[in-house]
Amino acid sequence: MSERTTDKEQDHVYERSMGSGPDLPNLDEVDLEPHEDGPEAGLWSDAWAVLRRNPLFIVSASLIVLFIVMALFPRLFTWFYPGEQNVEACSLSLSSNVPGQGRPSAEAWFGYDIQGCDYYLRVINGARISIFVGMFVTVGAVIVALTFGSIAGYYGKTIDALIARITDVWFAIPTILGAIVLLSVMGNRGVPQVSMVLIVLGWPSMLRLMRSSVLSTKEMDYVLASRALGARDRRLIIKHIIPNSIAPVIVYATIYVGVIISAEAALSFLGVGVQLPAISWGLMINTASARIINAPHLLFFPGLFLSITVFSFILMGDALRDALDPKLR
Amino acid sequence: MGRYIARRVIQFIPVFVLATFLIYFLVFALPGDPIRALGGERPMPQPVYNALVDRYNLSDPLPLQYLKYLGVARDADPACSDDPDVRREVNAGTRPAEVCFSGVLQGDFGESFSRRDVGDILSQKIPTTAKLGLMAFIFEIILGLTAGVLAGLRRASFMDTLVLVSTTAVISIPVFVLGYALQLLFGVELGWVPVSGASGDFVSLIVPAVVLGATSLAYIARLTRTSLVENLRADYVRTATAKGLPRKRVVGRHALRNSLIPVVTYLGIDLGALMGGAIITEGIFNVPGIGTEVFRAVRQQEGAVVVGIVTFLVLIFMLSNLLVDVLYAWLDPRIRYE
Amino acid sequence: MSTTVATGPAEVAGHTTDPDAPLLEVTDLRVEFRMRHGTVVANDSVSYALEAGETLAILGESGSGKSVSAQAIMGIIDSPPGFIAGGSVRYRGVELLTMPEKQRRTIRANHIAMIFQDALTALNPVFSVGFQIAEMYRVHQGVSKKEATEKAIELLDRVKIPAARERIDHYPHEFSGGMRQRVMIAMALALNPAVLIADEPTTALDVTVQAQVMQLLKELQQDTGMGLILITHDLGVVAEVADRVSVMYAGRIVETGSIQDIYERPRHPYTLGLMESLPSMDSRGTRLEPIPGSPPDLQNRPTGCAFHPRCRMARPRCATDDPPLLTIEGAGRSSACHYHEEVHLERG
Repeated sequence: MSERTTDKEQDHVYERSMGSGPDLPNLDEVDLEPHEDGPEAGLWSDAWAVLRRNPLFIVSASLIVLFIVMALFPRLFTWFYPGEQNVEACSLSLSSNVPGQGRPSAEAWFGYDIQGCDYYLRVINGARISIFVGMFVTVGAVIVALTFGSIAGYYGKTIDALIARITDVWFAIPTILGAIVLLSVMGNRGVPQVSMVLIVLGWPSMLRLMRSSVLSTKEMDYVLASRALGARDRRLIIKHIIPNSIAPVIVYATIYVGVIISAEAALSFLGVGVQLPAISWGLMINTASARIINAPHLLFFPGLFLSITVFSFILMGDALRDALDPKLR
Repeated sequence: MGRYIARRVIQFIPVFVLATFLIYFLVFALPGDPIRALGGERPMPQPVYNALVDRYNLSDPLPLQYLKYLGVARDADPACSDDPDVRREVNAGTRPAEVCFSGVLQGDFGESFSRRDVGDILSQKIPTTAKLGLMAFIFEIILGLTAGVLAGLRRASFMDTLVLVSTTAVISIPVFVLGYALQLLFGVELGWVPVSGASGDFVSLIVPAVVLGATSLAYIARLTRTSLVENLRADYVRTATAKGLPRKRVVGRHALRNSLIPVVTYLGIDLGALMGGAIITEGIFNVPGIGTEVFRAVRQQEGAVVVGIVTFLVLIFMLSNLLVDVLYAWLDPRIRYE
Repeated sequence: MSTTVATGPAEVAGHTTDPDAPLLEVTDLRVEFRMRHGTVVANDSVSYALEAGETLAILGESGSGKSVSAQAIMGIIDSPPGFIAGGSVRYRGVELLTMPEKQRRTIRANHIAMIFQDALTALNPVFSVGFQIAEMYRVHQGVSKKEATEKAIELLDRVKIPAARERIDHYPHEFSGGMRQRVMIAMALALNPAVLIADEPTTALDVTVQAQVMQLLKELQQDTGMGLILITHDLGVVAEVADRVSVMYAGRIVETGSIQDIYERPRHPYTLGLMESLPSMDSRGTRLEPIPGSPPDLQNRPTGCAFHPRCRMARPRCATDDPPLLTIEGAGRSSACHYHEEVHLERG
């Protein structure tokens, strides 16, 4: 524990020493000096200090950066590649549909797919849809959660009850099942459509998290104090409530990116996600599924990339949680 | 407890109505032509198109459409009359089923283009899917709880790290990747399970059930662990120790009972994931259940079948969640008196 | 109710008792919390003794280590990070600290019981109070469920919970604060312990309820002849029930004495400070004087006397020499102040 202590932590220490537990271990954490950086700065700088030393964070952060760069600038991963060419330039004569042909080799690192397209190039280019959908949906759900979660938590009463009931209704529909229904009646499915459907179905859990976090922040002394001093609601929400209640949402959002990437791939795999000729890992696995005996590499590489991407976000979420939750320190 | 259940049931009704309305609204009222989409990329003859519009009452105002979809309001069309004589008279030539949709609450979930009733498909395929789901559920609960408890009891031990790492890995691998990987391993390499398709009996469902339950198993293990670690530090656990109770009883009765509360809440949500997963898993292993049917319908772009079956699954999901709520109240007396 | 506690059994958890030894004796107890940021000595050379029928108050601010010694007696210190680094705890002459866990459990149930500050969190929220009390009989005496429940109802009656038979199936959150603490007391007394440790039993309660609960404890003590260790920061509570007092500061005992001695002639400036910060009948009209400063950080214990930064009597020697706890004015009276003879002169 560094010298700085946030209000949140003080509150926590206070709670623990109120209990009849061994009150001593907390003494070293109590630091009643208010900190000029405001209440939230301490939590984040403490968290950063913890994260910097966490190897899991470093691994996951590097992987995430790698995949984001892959999504934005796939050419960075292909310009040096022996078979560097237009992704669309495929030759049926190279198709891995022919037994014993199209396997990974020095010229084609990941082999060829059944259209005879270079699989390395396709797998690299497949990162884009996964990352984009994951990011769009998460950002969308976070915006909904921050807006309505803080309104519900802050104002309470009728508006809170109303939002809670609407959330209940949404919760009754499982995301994947709902997405299958909606997408299967959509004629034209691309990244925007898939993202929209996942946002429409996916926001409730994040909103609930934000709401409960706002509820606990709302009662903190400095918020009550600002309120008593006549701070306006909007200012209070934006300056104090959101910054101090966002930590759990950030943890969840990080994991959520991984969950959504996995969901997008599942939908594409089922045939209700993005449509050909889009290049998506889920679609590649779908195509590969009929040929797992003859051409297992078609399943292996997109499956591996997909799993590692999801893994990085979940690992990152865990690392953030450990760093941001004072209870676990 | 009785009053709590009654209250939950009363609360359940509006949620149920609104959620089904939401699905209905999103499917039929959003811009675009859902009827064309129901037919996929195949060209749809005008008579079929008209029949479908009529069948789903799409020319009515939206609330009425929905009530008819649910089956609360009856189709006023004489062709849909309960009286078979009236029906025969009105539509000599067309079959009434084509224009009449009696509603999901009446057990009518629509029919496929090949005129197969979705309700028939459901009643035929449910037993296999239910068996698969139940096996996955039991598998994930037993193993998930065991792993979570072992990890939570000794935080930061080897077991704890092992559980954390392996669950992260399992959560990261999408169901269909895991499914094919296991099919390659057990089916192709080891030859333990048939690759061509599961017959639907117990043994053939083992590997599919493991695949289906794997992700939830990992979530349950982690949730149990976190919850147990938290509860082991709770004041009442110290009281139980101070009462001179054996460690086994302190952990197994006092801490565990409280730790199960969030796990049970999760199980409700998990059922939805399990259903989504069943569609994928059955597709991969060729299990002759509802999932395969959806999988096939999606691939053949039979939108009507997809919507019908999935609507049914959502209804089951809502009902099971009602059960989970009751179980939750049994575990945690505090919420009975809210 | 049995009154055998006065003489005591000849055997405790398979060990022969010493009839001449005090009921409970803590000697030179040292408890450390070893954490990532360093070690905190939560109890240092803590010694006290308790006789049957007697009430010993352990007085101190939160963080003074007063609860830690109680947890050491019970063997319920969270470990890690807590470790008992030295000393001994003897019950009727039988050493508890080296006892195997299984025997220790018998002691916890049958001989030494404890109640906690906040009965709402200390009781298990998901079991009825009846279950939690009956559990004592079922686990330790192996009696039937029905019989255990009957005994639990008797106990609830004894701690004056109205309509005990109906309330036996209620859950902790359905009781008021005072009633919950009574449930807690009933549970602790289920097997007639010879020692009851009450850790801030009334802190979480309203003042009127506080008095009722203390009154109940006192009556129960008179009935059973048990020894009572009362851990509190509330000098008012101490005055009402305690026979003797040990004052703790920064993990050590700084003054001991009978209740009259402590009140009339405090021999440590910290005790004096505590009394002056308390409103009382005879201080009417005088100013309340809080003790300046805050309790010390035990990781960076002040040099010399730990209290010297806050002590108005502090002299240069206090910052360098650590005063030992010395017996003064005869048995049972001790102080850890270099200038204990001058303390009473400070009294306003």
